[in-house]
Amino acid sequence: MPERTGVLIRRNVLIIFMSVEMMLNAVNLSFVALAYHFMDLNGQIFVLMVMVVAAAEVAVGLAIVMTIVRRKDTTNIEDVNLLKG
Amino acid sequence: MLDTAWLMLLFPALGTLILAFFGRRIGRRVVGWLACGMVLLSFLTAVGVFATLVGLPAEERSHQIVLWSWMTTGAFHVDVALLIDQLSIIMALIVTGIGFLIHVYSIGYMHDDARYSRFFTFLNFFILMMLTLVLANNYLLMYVGWEGVGLASYLLIGFWFEKPAAADAGKKAFIVNRIGDFGLALAIMFIWTSFGTLNFVEVFEKAPTVWAVGASVATITTLLMLLAATGKSAQIPLFVWLPDAMEGPTPVSALIHAATMVTAGVYMLARSGALLSLAPTTQTWVAVIGALTALMAATIALTQTDLKRILAYSTISQLGFMFMAVGVGAYTAAIFHLMTHAFFKALLFLAAGSVMHALAGEIDIRKMGNLRAKLPTTYWTYLIGAAALAGIPLFSGFFSKDEILYYDWLTAPLLWLVGAITAALTAVYAFRSVFVPFWGQERDKKLFSHAHESPRIMTVPLIVLAIGAVLAGYLGLPRLSLFETWLEPVFHAKAPEALAGAGPEAVLSIPMVWVLLAVSGLIAIGGAYAAYRLYIVNTDVPARVRERLGWLVKLIENKYYFDWAYDKGIVGPLRQLSAWFADVADKRGIDGAVNGLAAATGWVGSQARRLQTGMVGIYALSILLGAVALLAWFAIR
Repeated sequence: MPERTGVLIRRNVLIIFMSVEMMLNAVNLSFVALAYHFMDLNGQIFVLMVMVVAAAEVAVGLAIVMTIVRRKDTTNIEDVNLLKG
Repeated sequence: MLDTAWLMLLFPALGTLILAFFGRRIGRRVVGWLACGMVLLSFLTAVGVFATLVGLPAEERSHQIVLWSWMTTGAFHVDVALLIDQLSIIMALIVTGIGFLIHVYSIGYMHDDARYSRFFTFLNFFILMMLTLVLANNYLLMYVGWEGVGLASYLLIGFWFEKPAAADAGKKAFIVNRIGDFGLALAIMFIWTSFGTLNFVEVFEKAPTVWAVGASVATITTLLMLLAATGKSAQIPLFVWLPDAMEGPTPVSALIHAATMVTAGVYMLARSGALLSLAPTTQTWVAVIGALTALMAATIALTQTDLKRILAYSTISQLGFMFMAVGVGAYTAAIFHLMTHAFFKALLFLAAGSVMHALAGEIDIRKMGNLRAKLPTTYWTYLIGAAALAGIPLFSGFFSKDEILYYDWLTAPLLWLVGAITAALTAVYAFRSVFVPFWGQERDKKLFSHAHESPRIMTVPLIVLAIGAVLAGYLGLPRLSLFETWLEPVFHAKAPEALAGAGPEAVLSIPMVWVLLAVSGLIAIGGAYAAYRLYIVNTDVPARVRERLGWLVKLIENKYYFDWAYDKGIVGPLRQLSAWFADVADKRGIDGAVNGLAAATGWVGSQARRLQTGMVGIYALSILLGAVALLAWFAIR
């Protein structure tokens, strides 16, 4: 699970973001494979669903990344800690 | 005429409302005469009703007039209704008649007071409530009047509330009365649970069948009534408010704290005579409390130097006499004394007010002297009042006091002895309050030179009351007893078997009656002569008595330490308790619990905030661990 590791240990927002995308694609791949294995069309259709949501998520996510970069001039996730209690 | 009896209540009610809303706009003259006029109209109505009753045969003189139904819930039903009978009409005549004279007097006495219209609003309100009290046909409506006169009393005692002493006295009167009112409220509840009605006539009809003589419920109920009466009528143990109430304007002392309101307790006990006669224990207590109070207050009155306070203690003492009469079942004698006392005590207070008026508010009799030269009308009327109070033969107090002593003699000679001693003391202090201020040498030259007789508007009521104080007694002449015959149906129709065999029914041989009469006359004259010796001839005797019996004088001058005992025994501990509640229970207990809860929440929060590191990686890791843990749980299960 290299993508999962990428989300957890990387510091660069863009890398984390790309890792998230890769996780989604990994899920898609397993959907397709298992749908073929069980001869069930639902899995194939769900992949299309995930792709739509992923596209929307990219649009929002990249916008957030852009804002972070504009505000803090960094892509390092550790500098973004406004939620610290 | 009976159908219009409610007009008695309407007039003072109208007066109160008009004065309360427009009193400041209509001008002083109108305010004064409007207030007097309303009470006069009420008095004329009462006279009309009285005349109607006189025209009826004795057994048809009790009428109930239902004005409207007040409340009905389940079996509980109370009307706003009047009971017009021989007793209530006598009370109404006293209240409105003497009330009218005092209203007129107040026009002169209060003429330059800033809150003139407010004063008359309160006075009219008092008349309204007092009439409600005496005319009500059930205990609950009487209770309304009972509380109403308490409120009026509070407002009028504290009328000059800029004076802290007056404000405190008002509060004291209200709070002490509250203890008694609590007794009355409980008594009314007992009556309701016993009889299922609060109507006087029905209750007294049912009483002998529902309550056995001496039954504990009868005793408890009547003892609670006695508690209420001791509060309103200033008897031991609740008399302490009345002397302080003298802080109010003098017409108030005359109207409320001498003639009418303080007699409400006597009226209530006499009205409930049918219940009282079923509880011999309570009757004994009433008589004992009355006797003790009469004696105690008379001794205190001897040592007071404040003219109004002498009269206040004398009122307490005379109320004690009325209680003695109620205690031995001589209700007519109690009401008779109530009536004569209303005349002569109102007269004495108004005359004292006239003295204060003349001396720019001075009230200490040690600074007065030889005032009869300057204030002839005040002096003569005061003298008549004092003679009536002392029980000098042929004045009203003589007949009524003698009647009480006569019944005491019949029931318990010991009570008679206490009564006779008190009567002697009464004569001494009554004439002390005549001789010291009005006779002898002027003591304060400046005060004396400024003294002037009061205006006619004040002296005319004095003269009218003085005539009443002389003549009222003849209504109850022994062997003729107009008054007794008049009231007899009220008291005897209620509990015939309970009273039978008791003292008042027994008749002494005629010579004994005259002996007792002569004895009480001699006591009064002897007391007056003693006062003459003590305060005019040998003025150094009181000082020598003081030297000899210093401890006794000190005890009496400190009013038997009642106020001190209440202060130490009740007020002090209550204050300490409330201080403890304020400083410890409230601050540490209640505030502590709330603050502790807040602090605990804060501490938990400060610990929990450490979880929020702000590091996205750690959040992601915890999501992963959570997911794994959930999966593991499902897998293992």
